[in-house]
Amino acid sequence: MSVYLDHAATTPLRREVLDAMLPYLAEHHGNPSSIHASGRRARLGLDEARETVARLLGAKPREVVFTSGGTEADNLAVKGAAWAASARGRRVVTTAVEHKAVLNACSVLERFGFEVVYLPVDRYGSVDPADVAASITDRTVLVSVQYANNEVGTIQPVAEIGAICRELGTLFHVDAVQAAAFLPLDVDELRADLVSLGAHKLYGPKGAGALFVRQGTAVLPQLSGGSQERQRRAGTENVAGAVGFARALGLIHADVSAREAENERQATLRDGLIARLTAVAGVALTGHPAQRLPNSASFVIDGVEGGDLVAALDLEGIEASTGSACTTGSVDPSHVLLAMGIDPERAHGSLRLTLGRGTTADDVERTLRVATRAIGRLRAARAGVPAAASA
Amino acid sequence: MARVVAAMSGGVDSSVAAALLAREGGEDEVVGVWMRLHPDGGEGYEQNRSCCSPDAADDARRVAQLVGIPFFILNLEREFGARVIDAFTDAYLDGATPNPCQACNQYIKFDELLRRGLAAYDADRVATGHYARVAEDGGSYRLLRAADADKDQTYFLWVLDQAQLAATRFPLGELTKPQVRAMAAELGLPTAAKPESQEICFVPAGDYRTLLEERRGYAGEPGPIVDADGARVGTHTGYAHYTVGQRHGLGVTLGEAVYVREVQPASNTVVVGRRDDVAARRFTAEGRRFVAGDPASERFEASVRIRHRGSDVPCEVTLVGDDRFAVETAEPVWAPAPGQAAVLYDGEVCLGGGRIARAA
Repeated sequence: MSVYLDHAATTPLRREVLDAMLPYLAEHHGNPSSIHASGRRARLGLDEARETVARLLGAKPREVVFTSGGTEADNLAVKGAAWAASARGRRVVTTAVEHKAVLNACSVLERFGFEVVYLPVDRYGSVDPADVAASITDRTVLVSVQYANNEVGTIQPVAEIGAICRELGTLFHVDAVQAAAFLPLDVDELRADLVSLGAHKLYGPKGAGALFVRQGTAVLPQLSGGSQERQRRAGTENVAGAVGFARALGLIHADVSAREAENERQATLRDGLIARLTAVAGVALTGHPAQRLPNSASFVIDGVEGGDLVAALDLEGIEASTGSACTTGSVDPSHVLLAMGIDPERAHGSLRLTLGRGTTADDVERTLRVATRAIGRLRAARAGVPAAASA
Repeated sequence: MARVVAAMSGGVDSSVAAALLAREGGEDEVVGVWMRLHPDGGEGYEQNRSCCSPDAADDARRVAQLVGIPFFILNLEREFGARVIDAFTDAYLDGATPNPCQACNQYIKFDELLRRGLAAYDADRVATGHYARVAEDGGSYRLLRAADADKDQTYFLWVLDQAQLAATRFPLGELTKPQVRAMAAELGLPTAAKPESQEICFVPAGDYRTLLEERRGYAGEPGPIVDADGARVGTHTGYAHYTVGQRHGLGVTLGEAVYVREVQPASNTVVVGRRDDVAARRFTAEGRRFVAGDPASERFEASVRIRHRGSDVPCEVTLVGDDRFAVETAEPVWAPAPGQAAVLYDGEVCLGGGRIARAA
């Protein structure tokens, strides 16, 4: 059995979620916009899912727009809200460590004449709310800040930033995709106008997610077509996906103390992993030491290419990541690590281990054993010692 | 149990090599690796560039899936940039003819893959889709030509040393290309009918002048084309745009076809001559390497090949100092170009070689 420590990339589907979805993949095939009984049956599932999500967010059902996932939610929030407000101003504020879904949506806005401010972060990857306040002008229409970073797990002071945005009269978008499996999501407490969520990061299905859009906030649809989702997202709804998403979100957030107990369990395992891996020479923790997601352990490892280490771990049955789910083998070091002031050479040696509901103490032990050995082997090879001689 | 890294380019040869290992390798565990050598194309563009494009990665991945082996991408962009692309441009700037495929084989497919790849995948060996054979005899290794003489690639592999040969497998060495294609089709590999890659993978449309300008700021300065007697017979666009043996693009006729005979960087001069002037019976090679170490005798008979798929010419070889050897061929060879490899054979055995040196 392999050890899966890449829950920040995606999580396994929970059985309860699958069970909730199956009827909508099989017998309830109708189009929720249809007039007839099959359509109404599908609509029932969709409406219930929307109510569930709304309740868990402290929102109204009409404020929930189902999307194909976190990336689409981010695009609808950033591009949609910026365009809709563009008559008032064309300035957007975000941070240097956002997910690519936000950063590349911003770069599209720049191509169309928007000014985008990318706020710096400190060495832990944290944004200073004072920087946000200082960067907001009369022309600023949107501030977009992630709840927690996907690569290093650092949690941002979003509620504080939300209060600033509200006071200065600008819309506030929170990319909560990575944080949603762990942190409270009450949209009023976050003081957010837009919140992105993705189902597969919280034991739900891929291809499903949602954007919370506070009532009265205009967004220009990024998919044009029919009038679904109150004309904010065209296309026949992914009913099974929405149902699965709602169920997955409910399983985590309906019981706050259970959620916190599971967070605590993962954090304890994670703390042991960090303590022992950073005891290896040339291994340093990245991200905030305390203000971080409970499942997240991320490192830079001197003398090692992150991609090589991940391959080495995989061949020993440990599934990890260099920091983001990267399939093309790009050589560019992580923009997040660079923004934190880590030099490019060190940033190449990144490793991210993200725990999950199924992670055990044995998994952590095995990971430490395999990782320590692989790091030694890779360093020896870089130093020019033939692989056979170092074995 | 041993673990073998199958280098997969996405082409038909390395696909079949990986498939053969996976299906017939017995106890060995096979890991497919595609080496990424170039950056991606820009956003929104579909790229379709010869052997090293993302398309090729997709093909390699698909083959790995079909034969049921793990698949990884090893990023060697930086190494490829320095050791292959920069070396390519610098050869032109030096008035020599680069040999990028050989540099890629030497530095990327063997040095880097063996050093870094074996460590990353905790493997014992690397296998590639080259057409060549390795014979072991009491712990010493010999590099032999492929069974398919048409496809033999030892011209690119002469740099391999004993340790590298010991850790290398060429599963296609005994096969012919038609057999390989038939196997690919039989295995249902998506790469079965893929055309051969011909052009240099990092020089789109064969225009290396743009690369010289982008990478090294060399725009080319016009200079004289002279004949063997030093008489000016034309004007060139910049010495680095010419290579020995080149016929096209000179704009010079001397009653018959003329060829580049020599490129002189220092004086920005291109020397031309008639066809016979460009042939030679004597030349020197430097940076010599012999697969089994230096031969016992300083002077020996062999045959020499100075271009891939060129003919083998009988010759006498004399070792000179620690780094060079002189070649005297039985008959003239066409355009021995500085920078190109001169590879020595004894029948089926590839002995080693060197890089042709500029005439003293």
